[in-house]
Amino acid sequence: MDKTPNTTPRQSSTFDDYTLSEIRRAAATGIYDIRGGGAKRKLPHFDDLLFLGASMSRYPLEGYREKCTTNVVLGTRYAKKPITLDIPITIAGMSFGSLSGPAKESLGRGASMAGTSTTTGDGGMTEEERGHSKTLVYQYLPSRYGMNPDDLRRADAVEMVVGQGAKPGGGGMLLGQKISDRVASMRNLPAGIDQRSACRHPDWTGPDDLEIKILELREITDWQIPVFVKVGGARPYYDVALAVKSGADVIVLDGMQGGTAATQEVFIEHVGQPTLACIRPAVQALQDLGMHRKVQLIISGGIRNGADVAKALALGADAVSIGTAALVAIGDNDPRWAEEYEALGSAAGCYDDWHEGQDPAGITTQDPELMKRLDPEIAGRRLANYLNVLTLEAQTIARACGKNNIHNLEPEDLCALTVEAAAMAGVPLAGTQWVPGQQTYT
Amino acid sequence: MQIDITDGEIRNLNQQLHAQPADSTTKCEVLNPNGAHAIAVGLNAPLNVSINGSTGYYCAGMNKHANVEVHGSVGPGAAENMMSGSLTVHGDASQYAGASGHGGLLNIKGNASSRCGISMKGINIVVHGNIGHMSAFMAQSGNLVVLGDAGDALGDSLYEARLYVRGNVKSLGADCIEKPMKEEHLTELTELLKQAGADATADQFKRYGSARELYHFNIDNASAY
Ligand SMILES: Cc1cc2nc3c(=O)[nH]c(=O)nc-3n(C[C@H](O)[C@H](O)[C@H](O)COP(=O)(O)O)c2cc1C
Repeated sequence: MDKTPNTTPRQSSTFDDYTLSEIRRAAATGIYDIRGGGAKRKLPHFDDLLFLGASMSRYPLEGYREKCTTNVVLGTRYAKKPITLDIPITIAGMSFGSLSGPAKESLGRGASMAGTSTTTGDGGMTEEERGHSKTLVYQYLPSRYGMNPDDLRRADAVEMVVGQGAKPGGGGMLLGQKISDRVASMRNLPAGIDQRSACRHPDWTGPDDLEIKILELREITDWQIPVFVKVGGARPYYDVALAVKSGADVIVLDGMQGGTAATQEVFIEHVGQPTLACIRPAVQALQDLGMHRKVQLIISGGIRNGADVAKALALGADAVSIGTAALVAIGDNDPRWAEEYEALGSAAGCYDDWHEGQDPAGITTQDPELMKRLDPEIAGRRLANYLNVLTLEAQTIARACGKNNIHNLEPEDLCALTVEAAAMAGVPLAGTQWVPGQQTYT
Repeated sequence: MQIDITDGEIRNLNQQLHAQPADSTTKCEVLNPNGAHAIAVGLNAPLNVSINGSTGYYCAGMNKHANVEVHGSVGPGAAENMMSGSLTVHGDASQYAGASGHGGLLNIKGNASSRCGISMKGINIVVHGNIGHMSAFMAQSGNLVVLGDAGDALGDSLYEARLYVRGNVKSLGADCIEKPMKEEHLTELTELLKQAGADATADQFKRYGSARELYHFNIDNASAY
């Protein structure tokens, strides 16, 4: 008799390999998975949008001949000294502690070379970054680690962190492995212990308090420097409206693809909205209040190339901010360390156990030997190169759309490849005039 | 100097105080505070500021070097993130007094509300009356001295701050325990009581501190997080 034919072993798409491995890991350890980075699942994103380019009704600008300006001024609402950046791409706040001193220095060097700003993070301001950043934004976080008035007075702007896209509603953590003596003393804590950063500010809750808190920061700094408010992509319309009401000069809005130094995987993948879905509601809030372009909007979360920059600006942002891409530019997850990533149970391009402090690239570590692998001059140059490419790419697109200023890009320059992206970005589905959710045809 | 802020003109007040030379011990009297927010914030010289009445939020916030005295009560976040110098409050203090303070002395002659000393990072706080719930939450270092009683969940998720309470503690927060009073603590507390002009002796107090069991994640403690 013939053997009964075997059916091909079939993997469940619900219980795929990753899911199974995570169940086993949870069963073995009893603790949730903590990792760095942003959402890794596929989400509606800037790739789902296309520019239409110029044609009969709009004429393009000559690629290398005609001007396309990129500078942006942040903090024009109340600050006596707004900051001017040559390019609309800033370096996001990343904590010293999660990043090494040389990594902070590299970011400062690269950003300054490219004419833009960098941002401190949880853990305070280091000499590496103040010394090498022409324009430095000082974050004011719930933990208040390292917060002090002297650093506040030498900052070019202060950023009130309400939330982050990777974890709206969550605090931070830095595991004992990374708490070197230097990190510990900046945070006023013993070395080697796990550090939990609070999820909420210790001395204010809600927009009415925030307004008073911002008043205090302005009084301390004599109304000189701009006050940014950073929110995660939770309820962008209301969060932006309330940030305006609280007195923000600049709003930083970070979508769920935005990176983090270390958070629970469940938080990263399941809380918050995709960056693409956050921009239009945020811009709408500013427009409804008559504040679009008066209070500047910075968008972050998954910005990778000049097309992403151009799309964010076309949807109404004044600037974007990058974290993950900046780290990759200075050497994070580089294939040259492939063997070492594998030895850590990961792979070049996938490594996200940044909280463990063993980063072969010397970036997300406090290990003096590993840190030596990062040369801040070379890494800074690489970041500047990358920022220049982003700018050139965004300018290329802007010129092709006939704009002599990158900020003149507009939603009308875009169409969407998917119904989801069309609905989120509020632009027509390609080949149609249909904007899902809008009552009238445009 | 004397500055009247009847119409809430705190910008002028703060800018005049900021304009004083780094070693100035100038005396400044602030009249009619009327509960205004952010009075005498970001001071950076050993000034002597006396406020005749009650203040709103963040009085003496981020103070460095100055001695500020309030002849009235203070709103939320008094002396938040203070670095050095002092804030003396003759009345009561609202929530989050001394939040994330790094140094100096916050001397509250009346009571302090909830979350007194939250996230404190080296400041010394003496409260002559009682304090509210969740005080010294995640307190990292420094001393919190309470002559009266403490509310619920004192010292929850405490790090290395030292808490001294003379009266009753309604309940202790996660990882906060009573600890023995040793010689060094008696000496330290005696000194603090003296500085604050408090009518009490160190031997009347109990000391509370961190059990340090939440310092490294351990699955068997999960319910305490
Ligand atoms: C290593 C690392 C550390 C971070 N630390 C902070 C921080 O201290 N404070 C903060 O507001 N955001 C922090 N973030 C988030 C970034 O500021 C930013 O929102 C995010 O990286 C933007 O998304 P992107 O990484 O996709 O560019 C961190 C991100 C990374 C990757």
